Order: sequence, then C-alpha cells, then structure tokens
Amino acid sequence: MNQTYAVAAVTAVVLATVLIGALGLRVSRTTSDFYVASRTVRPGLNAAAISGEYLSAASFLGIAGLVLVQGPAMLWYPVGYTAGYLVLLVLVAAPLRRSGAYTLSDFAEARLESPQARRLASLFVVGIGWLYLLPQLQGAGLTLEILTGAPDWVGGLLVALVVTGTVAAGGMRSITFVQAFQYWLKLTALLVPVLFLLAAWYGDGAPRARFDAPAVLRGHTVVKLADTVRIGLDAPLTVTVTGSVDSVAYTDRTVTLAPGTHHVQGGTSLAFAPGAPLPDRAATGSDPLGWSQPLAGGRDGHQLYATYGLILATFLGTMGLPHVAVRFYTSPHGRAARRTTLVVLGLVGAFYLLPGLYGALGRIYAPELALTGSADAAVLVLPDRILGGLLGDLLGALLAAGAFAAFLSTASGLTMSVAGVLTQDVLPSRGVRHFRLATLLATAVPLAVGVVASKVPVADAVGLAFAVSASSFCPLLVLGIWWRRLTPPGAMAGLLLGGGSALAAVMATRAGLAPGGWPHTLMAWPAVWSVPLGFLTMVLVSLATPRRIPPGTPAILARLHLPEEITGTVPVPVQEVRR
Amino acid sequence: MSGIALAAAAAAGAVLLAAGFVLGRFAARRGGRAADPDLGTPVERATFHTLHTASLAAPPLRAGLTEETARKAARTLRSLLGTEALCLTDRGAVLAWDGPGEEHHRAHVPEQAAETLATGRSRSAHSGCDDPACPLRWAVTAPLTGEDGVLGALVAYGSRESAVLVRAATEVARWVSVQLELAELDRSRTRIVEAEIRALRAQISPHFIFNSLAAIASFVRTDPERARELLLEFADFTRYSFRKHGEFAQLADELRSIEQYLALAGARFGDRLKVTLQIAPEVLPVTLPFLCLQPLVENAVKHGLQDRERGCRVTIAARDAGAEAVVTVEDDGIGMDPELLRAVLRGEHPAGSGIGLSNVDERLRQVYGAEHGLVIETGVGAGMKVTVRVPKYRPGVHPSAP
Repeated sequence: MNQTYAVAAVTAVVLATVLIGALGLRVSRTTSDFYVASRTVRPGLNAAAISGEYLSAASFLGIAGLVLVQGPAMLWYPVGYTAGYLVLLVLVAAPLRRSGAYTLSDFAEARLESPQARRLASLFVVGIGWLYLLPQLQGAGLTLEILTGAPDWVGGLLVALVVTGTVAAGGMRSITFVQAFQYWLKLTALLVPVLFLLAAWYGDGAPRARFDAPAVLRGHTVVKLADTVRIGLDAPLTVTVTGSVDSVAYTDRTVTLAPGTHHVQGGTSLAFAPGAPLPDRAATGSDPLGWSQPLAGGRDGHQLYATYGLILATFLGTMGLPHVAVRFYTSPHGRAARRTTLVVLGLVGAFYLLPGLYGALGRIYAPELALTGSADAAVLVLPDRILGGLLGDLLGALLAAGAFAAFLSTASGLTMSVAGVLTQDVLPSRGVRHFRLATLLATAVPLAVGVVASKVPVADAVGLAFAVSASSFCPLLVLGIWWRRLTPPGAMAGLLLGGGSALAAVMATRAGLAPGGWPHTLMAWPAVWSVPLGFLTMVLVSLATPRRIPPGTPAILARLHLPEEITGTVPVPVQEVRR
Repeated sequence: MSGIALAAAAAAGAVLLAAGFVLGRFAARRGGRAADPDLGTPVERATFHTLHTASLAAPPLRAGLTEETARKAARTLRSLLGTEALCLTDRGAVLAWDGPGEEHHRAHVPEQAAETLATGRSRSAHSGCDDPACPLRWAVTAPLTGEDGVLGALVAYGSRESAVLVRAATEVARWVSVQLELAELDRSRTRIVEAEIRALRAQISPHFIFNSLAAIASFVRTDPERARELLLEFADFTRYSFRKHGEFAQLADELRSIEQYLALAGARFGDRLKVTLQIAPEVLPVTLPFLCLQPLVENAVKHGLQDRERGCRVTIAARDAGAEAVVTVEDDGIGMDPELLRAVLRGEHPAGSGIGLSNVDERLRQVYGAEHGLVIETGVGAGMKVTVRVPKYRPGVHPSAP
C-alpha cells in the first residue's frame, strides 16, 4: 500500500476536524429579518451529528473483521447497534429532552432530586466513557500501524493528542457541524470503495464467500505471524516455513504438516501455495479471537445465550451512552428529539449495510488476516488486495481517512462528555482550567490502559461498554421515565448491583480472569443476567422504600410526558404565525 | 501478564477517581465548620453539644412554621430541652408533637396555649391530666414570635413544676423565634427580587417605548411596509417583556427579544448602530433567568452611542462550552471606569447608572452561585465586554410559560 496517499488523507481529516471545530461555520450576520430561534439545530443536521459521533471504529473496522473471522452470525452486531435507537425512540428520546437534563447525571438528579444518585450516575458515565474510549484508541493504533508501520501506540497517542488539544482549547466550537461532516465522510469513505470492489468482484466471476468451510487462499500467500498461535488442521498441509513450528526451526523449508494441532512460534513466516485451505486458528482462553467464538456457534447453548446477550446489550445500551445522551439537549423540544432519533435510525441503518460486504469480500480475498489476528484491518487492505495500483492506493487512502474520522468523532464526543462530568462532579472546583485538566484525565486513562490491555477485537470491546450501559442507565432511564414509584435508594441500588456487576464481569474478562467454558461466556456477555438484575433491584428496593419517593415526582413526570405546548415551556413564535 | 497489568491500571484509575472524589468533598467542606481543636472541659463540651443540637433544628425552621418543618424541628428541640414531651402550635392548630402522651393531651393543647397566644407571655400550668401514671403533669407554654406578633407557641411538658424548665423553654422559644424571623427575611428577599424583575420590566418602557414609536412614526409615510414590520416587532417585544409570570426563559426566546430590540433601536439610529450576532445553535435551548441579557445589550448600545461622532458596533456571541453556554455582549464605545463599575455592581447607584447590571449580576449569582456572576472587562475609552456563563442544567431551572 502506498503510504503517501494514506498519510496525506489522514492528515487532511485531522486538519479538517481541527479547523471546522475551531473556526466553525460562523453565524455572523447583522440584524435584518433574521430570527435566531429559526436557527435551532434541525432534526436532520442533529441526526447526522449523532450518527457521526456514534459510528465508531467498531462500526467502521470492527464489524467487517468479525464477519471475516466468524461469519455471518456477527451481523447481529450492526443489527443491535441500529436497533438500540428504536428502543431509544420509543421509550426515552422525547422525555429525556423534556427533562431539560444535559448529561445522564443531570437526569438522575432531576428525576430523583438526590445529589448522591447524581454522583453515582457520574461515576458510571465516566466508567462507560473510558470503556468506550479504549477500543477507539486501540483501533487508531492498529490503523496507523497498517498504514505506516508505526508502533501500535502511536495512532492512539495521535488521536488522544488531537482530541485533547481541540477539546481543551476552548472546546469544539461547532461540534454539530464537525460531527455531521464526519458522518457523511464516513459514509462516503465506505460507500465509494465498496462500489469499485464489488465491480472488481463481479469481473472476477463473483466467487462465493465460504463461511462453513476453511477459506481457500487465492494466490501465493506469505503470512507472517507476529504472535505465537496454535493452528488446527483437518487435512495434511504443505507450506514453506521460515521460523519455528512445533519447536523445530526451519529456514525457507517446505514442510508437510500432519492433521492435528500445531504450535507456530511468533515471528514465523508461512508461505502457502495457491488454492491451499487456510488453517483455523485454534482458540485458547486468553486468545483475543476466542472472544466471539461462542457467538459463532459450535458448542450447545453458548451461541443462543451469547446472541441474546449481544442483543440485550446493544438494544438497551445505546440510550445510556454518555455522548449520545448529551446530543438530545440540542433539539429544541421533545418532538424534535423524537424526529431526530427517527432520522438517526435511517442514517445509521444505511451505514450498517456496508461493513458486512467488506467482511464477506475479506473472507474471499484476504482470509489470512484471520490467522494473524489483525482482522480489524480487513477494510483497509481490501482495495490494495483486490484492485491494486493507483486506484487501490487512492481508495485505501479514502478508507483510512474514514477510519480516522471514526476515531476522532467518537473520541472527541466521549472526551467532551467524560471531561464535562469529571469537572462537574468529580474534580474539586469548576472553571476553565479544571475543564482542561479533566480533558487530559479523560483521554490519559484509556490511553494508559490501552498500552497494557490485551488486544480484543474492537467491536467486542465496544460491546462491553454497551453491556455496562444497558445494565445501569437503561433501568434508570426506563423506570425513571415510566414508573412513578422509583426512589433514590432503589435507583442507586440498581445502578450499583446491575451496572456494577456487569462492570466487574467485563473487567474480569478483559483481564483474562474468567475461566473457560460457561463462566467465560456468562461473564463476556453479562447483559442477559445483569440487565434483569438491575431492573429487579431498582423495583424491589424502590417498593421497600416507599417513603423516599421524591416529593416532586408528579410534577416531573408531567413535564417529561406532556408536550411543551401544553406545559407551556416553548412559546409559539408570533412572528412566524403572522407571516 | 497483560491481564494483570490491565487490572492494575484499572485499579489505579479507580483509586485516582476516588482520590479526586475525596479531594472534592474535602475542598467543599473546608471553610465550613471546623473540627473541635480539643475536647474541652465538661462544661464546654455540654455547651458544644447544646449548640450543635440547636444548629440541627435551625435548617427546617428556616423554611417557616409549617406542619412538616415543625415535625422535623420538634425532635431536636425536645432533646435540646430534655423534657418528656414537646409540642409546637401555630395560632390555630397543633403542628407537631414529639414524645409520649399525644393521644390524650393533644386535644387540650389549644386551650393550654390560648392565653400565651393572646398575651405573648410564657406561662406554666398544670396539664390537667387525670391519669396518675402519665408523666406529663406540668406544661410550660412559651410564645413564638415573628415580625407581626405571636405566630404560635411551644409547649413543653414536664413531670413536675420547675423554674428551670420555664426558663429553658422561654429561651428555646426565643431562639426559634429568631429562626422564624430569618425565614420571613428570606421570603421578603425573594419578594424583593421579584419586585426588581418587575422594576426591570417597567424600566424598559418609558424612554424606549417613546423613542421606538417616534422612529416608527417617521417611516409611516416614507416606507409603510417597514413601519408595519417595526410595529409587529414592537408588539412582540413588549408582549415578551411584559409577560406576567416565570423566572426563566430559553436563550432562543431571549435572543429573539433582543433582536427585536435591536431592530427597533436600529430604526432610530440608522447606520450608526452595527450589530453582529454569532450564535452557536447548540446553546439555543439553554434555560436562563428571564430578561438577563436584555439589560446588557441595552447598556452596550447606550455606551456605544454616547460618542455622537462615530458609529458603534455591538457584538453578541453565544457559544457552546461543554456543560455551559457562554454568552458575551461587547461594544466598542466609551467604556467605563472600573472603580465606578465596581460601585454599580455593589449596588451603590451613582447618578446616571441604572439598576440593570447589578440586578442581572445578583440574579445570576442567586440562581447559579457566586462563580456565575457577570465578568466585565472594560476601561475608559476601551469599550466593554460582558461575559455570562450559564450552566446547561441546574435543578429547579425550567423555562416557564410566556
């Protein structure tokens, strides 16, 4: 791949983000027939901004990688990421806007009239934000490593620096425009190359992707393994090895490996002949690729369980993501918030049609990525692999630009939210200086953890943040909006037990503490048990503390559910009526 | 290996978070009540204990004398007095009873208290109880007074007649009375703020209405369409400014009212007044105190146009800053001596300055706390820039119906 184009594209995206963010599309006019109120953010623009902020590295790179390795069962991911907005639309969007809350902590305080509940909610906002930032930075590292060969921490550092710099230096002045721009950039970056790739694939005789059998290598392929892996063979395989297999050192020797499991030392190169079947990478407990194994099937019960876990986490977790919730504040009223969500559903749905195609094409043209453990790179290498030449380089650069747009937009949205909550509720006093300090803290922690944390496919890592959000904020929002007997002790107990247990399970799994088999499946997909646990705790503890129902509950619920024209919080503009 | 490192990093993050949390709590508490330096003599300790108990009873009473506040206060007051039972009444009915014997004594309280309520003096009398086992034999009634005379009574029950109890009950009743007077003071302060908002509304009217109508009149023949538009602006502007109720409004509405104001001012001053608006659409839904920007803009226009020779540019900007919205109003006019400005903000009104700036400053501080007051940068001949930082969310701040 030609590095120059890719580096230029990434630089252009970074510059565009910083410039639009810093200067903004300045609304600068004199007063002549110009009404500020009619300039509120339209649902279409706001929806593009929400989508831009939402579509992260997991969507842009991760899904294709998972489909490549595990097959079409992974399409539950895009389905879940999209359907989360349906739940948000039906249950939460309009009341959340009408509550007047900016962050989720504000909502907890407004609904429960309890500063303690606010502080607890803030801790979860920060936790979920960090959990979500971590894969963004790791994905950036991977992308830059593939593009330029830089060490894998450079990309994460670059994104962290750009985001911290722009956010701390006076914030993103016109964040809505930046994020909306990023959405359209990401959609273009994924849509244009796929058209060329599909044309080439059709010209190639439209080979079918095989997910039920080992993938077949199409050309003479040399695979260099960075990590030590175990591979499983069903039939004898002839490869040319430079390095060490099964503790025997070879130098450019052709070896025939017998069926069974083989141990390949890190740094070994395997050269496959055209038409050779690709060996499976055997899963081990701490193997990052073993993560989604239950979802892809095989063992009884695991697949069904993991699928439900994924569905629950993504369907119910979207509403509790800190950077999604704050964007609803921009809508002028509840009805606009609902319309915005509807448009988001369309925009996000359209985007998610594409990653699956990349995954299938990757299975045909670049299956060896599954062996090296960098399947997340499938989207980036495909143009070079299928088209090659200048066109391949240009399209590859476009994809790299889109990937960086994904890291930057999601990371800046998350950093803003986390830093805002840190300044308001965690750091001792407020002020501009503390906001900068908080921004630094917001990116430094995931960056530091990212250097030491085990590599997990980005889509899975993001799924963990969804699971925690679904078990903590989903019960709080749904019960807070729809149940008048919720009490502060109930809400706090539910947050701690539901969200806390999901967080503990997720952290333990990421730290590799979970034993194999069922315990691992249960802890890697906690939503199935932790979401009901959160709801049940909230309901039971609330019922047990009926005296603690906040006195303002009826008034707040009325405000949440009645349209603004009735409660009179948004006046009808006279000028527009008359003209 | 990496798993352990991850766990360690996660633990470090958690510790860091907890440390920040504790630091925050500590900083918030520092400057409040200082801890006892040493334990002191028994007498001192008893004094501390009494003062502490008294301070516990103060917050509920600061909200005035109602059934709920009386119930909360009665318990601490009884432990302060150390009596068998304690009862708080207002002028008509029993508000709260703490201690045993409520069932057969409560009905007699109004007659016990009647004399004190009428005379405003303390009184000790037999409780008139027939039950020999009942410990409530004597009742001491002390008046609770406010600015307008007796508000209610405190009735303390003891097992025997005691001059100490009479003295103690009278002193406690006097202390409660002070708290109730403070509550009245709070209420009257709120009323003053409301009156100031009304005054602000009234302040807009005379000059501005006269000048606007005169400016509109000048267009009636030459440019009837413009005159019609200006009249509509005028109607909308006055309707918004004179709305009856509500302490808060959305930034979008405030800005629309300001635009109407500027359109009317522009009709009068023509090309001499130039206005630039830079509004981030993200902050338009922010809720802020009603009419808190209008006086700033009026001030900017007044300052800017005081120099008759050249024109003036007023820049109004609203931008998004995380959990806050930052609104700035800037003019390139004659500016102001900072010392004079300080006097205005302190509430001393030298000749010629309105109550606009200090009123806005006071209301912002009252709603959002001291750190959200006006920030003004100015100097003589250097123009003036006023910055307002409004949190996007604050409990109890909701836009109200127009």
